[in-house]
This record gives sequence, C-alpha cells and structure tokens, in this order.
Amino acid sequence: MSDFVIIGAGPAGISAANESARYGVKVTLIDENNLPGGQLFTQTHKFFGSREHRAGVRGFQIGYDLIEEINKLNVDVLLDTIVYGISADMEVKYVTEGSSAKSITAGNILISTGALEKPVVFKGWTKPGVMGAGAAQTMMNVHRVLPGRKVLMVGSGNVGLIVAYQLKQAGADVVGIIEAMPSIGGYKVHASKIRRIGIPILTSCTIKEAKGSPQVSSAVIVGVDKNLREISGTEDEIKCDLVCIAAGLKPFDELCWLLNLEFKYINELGGFVPVHNDDLETSMKNIYIAGDAAGVEEASTAMEEGRLVGVAVAQKLEYLSDRQAEKLKGKINDRLKYLRLGSFGKKRAEGKKKLTSISK
Amino acid sequence: MRIKNHPILEDLKNRKKVYITVDGRKVEAYEGEPIAAAMCAAGIRVHRTTPRHNEPRGIFCNRGRCTDCIMKVDGKPNIRTCVTLVKNGMKVESIRGMGDWSE
Ligand SMILES: Cc1cc2nc3c(=O)[nH]c(=O)nc-3n(C[C@H](O)[C@H](O)[C@H](O)COP(=O)(O)OP(=O)(O)OC[C@H]3O[C@@H](n4cnc5c(N)ncnc54)[C@H](O)[C@@H]3O)c2cc1C
Ligand code: FES
Repeated sequence: MSDFVIIGAGPAGISAANESARYGVKVTLIDENNLPGGQLFTQTHKFFGSREHRAGVRGFQIGYDLIEEINKLNVDVLLDTIVYGISADMEVKYVTEGSSAKSITAGNILISTGALEKPVVFKGWTKPGVMGAGAAQTMMNVHRVLPGRKVLMVGSGNVGLIVAYQLKQAGADVVGIIEAMPSIGGYKVHASKIRRIGIPILTSCTIKEAKGSPQVSSAVIVGVDKNLREISGTEDEIKCDLVCIAAGLKPFDELCWLLNLEFKYINELGGFVPVHNDDLETSMKNIYIAGDAAGVEEASTAMEEGRLVGVAVAQKLEYLSDRQAEKLKGKINDRLKYLRLGSFGKKRAEGKKKLTSISK
Repeated sequence: MRIKNHPILEDLKNRKKVYITVDGRKVEAYEGEPIAAAMCAAGIRVHRTTPRHNEPRGIFCNRGRCTDCIMKVDGKPNIRTCVTLVKNGMKVESIRGMGDWSE
C-alpha cells in the first residue's frame, strides 16, 4: 500500500513526488527508464521561459537538479519498471525488467506519462531512415550516435527547429526544414538561429515520398496551396539519408483509456485529453493527471502541474491544512497563468479552460 | 557514426567497450547503450522485414512504442532493440516475417 503512486518520472512526476513527500506523503515513483527525468535528458538546448522556471538552463541540467531533490526526500523510486494497467480498485500493476509482474495498492495515483510523437503518412514513410524528430534527438543527445548524415526535417514547430539545430551541431548536414503551413510554427528566436547557420526553411511545402531501397536515399518534396493540396509540377527530389518527422506530440494516455476515463478532444493540447478539474483530478476520484499527459505543453508547465497535484494530495491526506494548501495552490496557479501568456501560451490556456469547465 | 567532441555535451567517460554480433557481423558497442544505438553507429539500419509484404523496417520511435525495431536477441524473438541494452557477446539477428524461437 502506498499513499501516492506516481506513474512516469518526467518533470511532472518528479515535481509531484518532491512536493508531496516534502509534507510527509509516502510516495512511490515509477518509471520505465533506468534514470528519472523523462524528456529532459534528451534536451541539450537552453530552456525558454522565465528565470523562475530555469530559463537559460539546459534541459538535462534541470533533470539532474530534480533527481538531487528526490534523493534528499524519502521517495520510493522504482526504475526499469513499466506500469501496464490500473484496476478500478486502485491497484497499480507493473513489471520490473527481469522479474515477474507485481502490483501495489494506491491511495492516490498520478498519471504523468508524457506525450508521443505524431506520425505523418506519405509514400515510403515506413522505410528505415524515416524517424521521429524525438527519436533522432535521443539517438544523438543520449546515445551520442548520429542518426543520419544528410537530414530533411519535416515540420517547423519548436521540436523541428530545435532538433534540426542540434543535428547540425552534432555534425549532420541538415538539407532543409519543410513546413506545410504558410508560416513557421515555432518561436522566432529558434527560426532565426536556424537561418543564421544556413539551414533553409521552406513553407507551404510537404513531403511526397521517401525513396531508396532498402533505406532512405532521397526525398521528394512538393509545394502545397492554402488548403494543403499538392501543386503538381513543383516536385523536387533531395538527396538525404534521414527524414525526421516533427509533426507535433499527442498526450500518451493509454492507462487512462484502459480505465475508461472521460476524454475530450482539444486541438490546442495535442488531441484527446482526460477531462480534469482545477486540482488535476480526472473523472475518476483519486486519479490525477499532469504534464504532457494532461495536454502537451512544456517542461515548465509540467513541473507546476506536478506540484499542484503534490499539494492537492498532501491536502487530501491532511498533511496540509486547507488554508495552507489553498495558499500554495494559489501561488502555483499564478505561475501557471504567467507561463500561459503569449500567443502560444494563450492557446493552451484556452484549451485547458475547455477541459476544466466540463468537469464543473 | 559516433559523435565525438560535442560542442555542449561532455564526452561519455568510463564506458566499457563490448562486442555483439548482428546477423553474424561483429559490432562494437558500449555497455549501457541499447542495441539499436550500436547498430546505428555501425550503419546497420534494417532491423527486420515485414511478414506480408517483405518490407524493411528500422528505428522509428526509438522509445519502445512502435515495435518497428524488433529483432531476435539471444534466441528470443520480437525484442525491441531501441530499449534493450547490449551485453557482451549478445547475438542479434534480423527477423524475416514473423519471429520464431528456433536457433
Ligand atoms: C525537442 C524538444 C524540445 C523541448 N524544449 C523545451 C523547452 O525549451 N522548454 C520547456 O519548458 N519544454 C520543452 N520541451 C517540452 C518538455 O520536454 C515536455 O513538455 C516535458 O518533458 C513533459 O514532462 P512530463 O513529465 O509530462 O513527461 P515526460 O518528460 O515525457 O516524462 C514521462 C515519463 O513517463 C514514462 N512512462 C510513460 N508511460 C509509462 C508507464 N506505463 N510506466 C512507466 N513509465 C512510463 C516515460 O518513459 C517518461 O520517462 C521540449 C520537448 C521536445 C521534444
Ligand atoms: S523504434 Fe519504436 S519500438 Fe523501437
């Protein structure tokens, strides 16, 4: 039996563990990887956001700092452990690498399982040499292996821009970034950095085919009109051995689907998201959701959402008085509001409002 | 290709070199890295071919979600090579069609 089982030790899960354990909650934190930190360890660039949210600090460093915090607190951390189901009576079922299946009964559960890359389907998309931008990022930044020498990036959101930059930094030749929409998807700062190092960004352009046998040796790109219809005659074949897909992320919520939680489709948050209230509690009592799993945002918002759940659980278990808890939540919500400003943030704030309004 | 002298990341130190075989070919690897990373460094990109159309597949998600990268490892079929770490002497084989347990 555990007061609080957290599934997924990315920034959201770790922050929830730290915030609740600090007030005395007995926490079990589970992750399938052999190191807590989630997506942070794939990121070598300096984070954007505010000072308070460690802007200017590189992603992996934030990961190390969070781990140091957990090590100081009394948190039970299960690594190399994958959760494959949760029963309606709050039993969390898991398998640790190399041993048989086990389960643990939880008073409260946080699902902070992150997000998954969205694929793009075109002729040849299943060939070796077509992979997710996140996949390529892990290969170079974590394993230190260059996933390709000549790369075409599909998608100009922040992930596409940042990964293209990092590929170039790691020694690959990035032949270009293509974007189906008429304008660049990501932040201007990232786009100008890309242009400065001489990588062309082509808007209103998409990929038609990945060619080569048995693996990619070239890609056919084509111009598209406002309705994203291909304009014939504008095809161009580009030599490359890696096509990276950066078409956005969607919440990775298989465990929530298995529990039959209530979902809503919110485009601004990446797709189907579990409905939740202001404390991030889902349609099932005592089951919480936070981070990218509760709508794709950023590491900074993921950490704040994790903290919010940490406080809510500590309050429920009476480690915090209502007055103390409401004060803490107020502060966290102020910071979240601040993080959801600007043209990108505002959209996500609207998406979140749609979600929480249903649960009222 | 291995990345050396990364402008931001420090070199990975104290990694023990091991060897695995991939379809009989000796491949250099480092302890603690997944099979797929060692294969990628050696330039081997095809992990298997599909049962019906005999199409090649390689790394796609690189995080254990899509199963495109599955291979036979030490006689066990359908192992996700992107999340399975190398061990010295490991025997890795590509899968043609459905995986099987035969030696
Ligand atoms: C290229 C790129 C650049 C980015 N740049 C920035 C930036 O500059 N600033 C910023 O704030 N954000 C940035 N982000 C976003 C940020 O990384 C994510 O929003 C953040 O990591 C989400 O945190 P999380 O805790 O929700 O999920 P994750 O970090 O994805 O963690 C989820 C964890 O749960 C584990 N897990 C999932 N399912 C299970 C299961 N069933 N059992 C056990 N474990 C499980 C996963 O393996 C993972 O470790 C970037 C993202 C990318 C891809
Ligand atoms: S590449 Fe997707 S499971 Fe290995």
